[in-house]
Amino acid sequence: MTIVDLKPGDRAIVTGWATDDPPGRLLEFGLLPGTTVELVRSAPLGDPFDIKVRGFHLSIRKSEASLVLVEKRVTS
Amino acid sequence: MTDKSVPLRRVALIGNPNVGKTTIFNQLTGMRQKVGNYPGVTVERKTGILSGTRPIKIIDLPGSYSLSPNSIDERIAYDVLTGHLDGEDPPDLVVCVVDASVLERNLYLVTQVIDLGLPVIVALNMMDAAKTTGLDIDVRLLEERLGVPVLPMVASEKKGIGKLIIEMRRSRLPALPDRHWSLLPSVDTEIQTLISKFAIEAQFVPENKRYIEVLQCLSNDVMLDFWNDKAPEFQKAVVAARERLSGMNVAYRQAEVIGRYAWISPLMNTVISRKKDPNAKTVSDKIDAVVTHRIVGPILFSLLLLLIFQAVFSWATPAMDLIESGVVGLGRLVRMQAPAGIVTDLVVDGIIAGVGNVVVFLPQILLLFFFLGLMEDTGYMARSAFIMDRIMSKVGLSGGSVVPLLSCFACAIPGIMAARTIANPKDRLITIMVAPLMSCSARLPIYTLFIAAFLPTGIVFGPITFQGLAMFSMYALGIVLAFVAAFVLKLVFKGQSSFFAMELPPYRMPRPRQIFWRMIDRSKAFVVRAGKIIFGMSVILWFLARFPGVASDPEIDAQRLAADGRFEVSVDSLISEGLSDTVAAELVSEEMAPVFRRINAAEAGHQVEHSFIGIIGHTLEPVMRPLGFDWKISAGLISAFAAREVMISALATIYSVGNGEEDSPLLRQQLKADRYPDGSPVYTPLVAVSLLVFFVIAMQCMSTLAITRRETNSWKWPAVMWLYMSGLAYLFSFIIYQGGRALGWG
Ligand SMILES: Nc1nc2c(ncn2[C@@H]2O[C@H](COP(=O)(O)OP(=O)(O)OP(=O)(O)O)[C@@H](O)[C@H]2O)c(=O)[nH]1
Ligand SMILES: [Mg+2]
Repeated sequence: MTIVDLKPGDRAIVTGWATDDPPGRLLEFGLLPGTTVELVRSAPLGDPFDIKVRGFHLSIRKSEASLVLVEKRVTS
Repeated sequence: MTDKSVPLRRVALIGNPNVGKTTIFNQLTGMRQKVGNYPGVTVERKTGILSGTRPIKIIDLPGSYSLSPNSIDERIAYDVLTGHLDGEDPPDLVVCVVDASVLERNLYLVTQVIDLGLPVIVALNMMDAAKTTGLDIDVRLLEERLGVPVLPMVASEKKGIGKLIIEMRRSRLPALPDRHWSLLPSVDTEIQTLISKFAIEAQFVPENKRYIEVLQCLSNDVMLDFWNDKAPEFQKAVVAARERLSGMNVAYRQAEVIGRYAWISPLMNTVISRKKDPNAKTVSDKIDAVVTHRIVGPILFSLLLLLIFQAVFSWATPAMDLIESGVVGLGRLVRMQAPAGIVTDLVVDGIIAGVGNVVVFLPQILLLFFFLGLMEDTGYMARSAFIMDRIMSKVGLSGGSVVPLLSCFACAIPGIMAARTIANPKDRLITIMVAPLMSCSARLPIYTLFIAAFLPTGIVFGPITFQGLAMFSMYALGIVLAFVAAFVLKLVFKGQSSFFAMELPPYRMPRPRQIFWRMIDRSKAFVVRAGKIIFGMSVILWFLARFPGVASDPEIDAQRLAADGRFEVSVDSLISEGLSDTVAAELVSEEMAPVFRRINAAEAGHQVEHSFIGIIGHTLEPVMRPLGFDWKISAGLISAFAAREVMISALATIYSVGNGEEDSPLLRQQLKADRYPDGSPVYTPLVAVSLLVFFVIAMQCMSTLAITRRETNSWKWPAVMWLYMSGLAYLFSFIIYQGGRALGWG
């Protein structure tokens, strides 16, 4: 699954990329395998997403979010 | 005096966007550069001096998330630090400003800067924010692990600045630590081989900088292109290495990021202890739940836009009226005091009226910058981009275009400059190209004059008047055309798909002082810039309308002679009826005043028609006729090329009415009364609409073209801009005028 498949409030762990050439900017923001991401909400028209990674909020488009493979963690 | 033998120490401030670099810069230098809670406020590098016995030159850089340049402003930061910029050495010391509340992401850039081989100090800013987030940072340990000095501070409260100054002044700069992190072994082997190749062709790059330069080239095409000619063998080797790595399925482009974060993440766990649940909702999160809410969010955004428009267009009116009457009064005063003559004419009609036309916008500009400042300072600006991105991306723009385009309602120049924050070059270029279609405040006086003079009054429904609707339509037309143009440009520039990754900064309390000074500084810049052009143009226009003088029109001379004769006769007949000389003369001149005024105006008109500006207008008239424009309008349009608001002063000059405020009843009456030789009116409502639409669309601003040339670094884009906008304007006005006449509205 990718970030797009998460529901608002869900937390998940990045497992990899659905592309060979992930956007450099997203990598630099620390969206790397092993990182926890939270889908906070989507914008009023459903795109872009507000995600929380490494303690800050990031707005990314759906098209970019769909490149980030994630695995849902069972929330404790 | 500074000691010439010791060169000035140069210190660069670098860091992620929105971490407080400019706040620190302003405190070090006593300057007042723009600060804002929005990533990408600083788009150019700025320099200032930290004074003292040994002054230090401080360089404020645009924010960057990394040294691999992704956008133009990041490129500047990289070039300054590496000395890639022509004729400039790298700085002696780098102060890396870090936001303590998002330390992890910030350290990515810190490790990159350390690898550059320059002395580094880390300014750990926003300690207050870190504390409220519940982060406790072990500064000592962080310093030890990084191997460079770390200074905690709260720049907005001036805490820690003194310590930073002491560190910057030390004669012995901090030593360089070793590289902390490591690459995947397979990539590292390739890099080592590449470095030896690089060393042969690029000897001038110091040894301790080769590693990062080569690493950048491996993962970043822009960086590699830089060496295409300078180190061709190396360039080929890099391409070969990339192929080898791809063959082995090694994600070499990600290698650097993964390597650095693999060192940073564990470090975070040792230096930071959390006092609060990191997932707990902060105040900022709670505000966002409302402000970016599915339904409430867009409503709030629309209300805010409405409020801004309301403020700019109606709250500003009293102040504008005041300035206007002040300008008129000043003109009268000068006329009364100064001897009549050519110089007084120039001062009053040219300079005071011309410059007055610009100063009149000041209340609007101030209000606009107040609201933009408020949006930036609180952090709402980023949310507006978040809310609008979907709509904007449909037409080839991005959420990041919202702020630049909004600024264009004041003036296209700050708007086009603000487009630098758009990381994607395609989105940025499209934003720049459509920006001047937004109706800037310079168009407002023209809209006001022609709508008030030629469009019907009356109510459409409710509180909405016909003229108000017309004004709104002008703005709407500009916006719609900007979207259409963006959509077309999007189809033209295929290729690189657009991306949009933007940080949403936490909400902060706006700081009134900051907003106040920004309003003042911005307005000053606007007035000075516009004032210079208007001043120059007013003088030129005045001369163009005055010279070359021609002999007076014999027909008008004959009329004047006849009028003089009638005057004498009437006075004589009154005297013969027993009135005194003076009373008789007074009575008759009062009665005949309109006649003389008409003759004088006709003579002035004759002079203007044969002046340079008249000649220009007549030459252009055949081209502009199909749009419904006569020679006077054509001449006005030519002068309005320098700046739109010049149109008013140009018409005023041409109609010789002295001063040209937009609701000068005189100018309005003159326009209404103007007739073609066959007796038909020059201005019909149809002509007015045609002219208004022309002003919405046409590219009539030298400054905008100049800034576009600077921002795109080519003459091609300003040329394209001028051609497409002027072409479109001609087309629209043509269709409106000819279509209107075909329908019998002429
Ligand atoms: N809470 C807090 N806010 C701060 C501090 N320092 C600066 N700010 C605020 O942070 C925001 C960003 O400050 P700037 O100085 O514009 O940041 P910058 O790094 O120059 O930003 P860019 O030019 O966009 O890269 C402003 O709203 C400042 O008032 C601080 O120590 N604590
Ligand atoms: Mg700044």
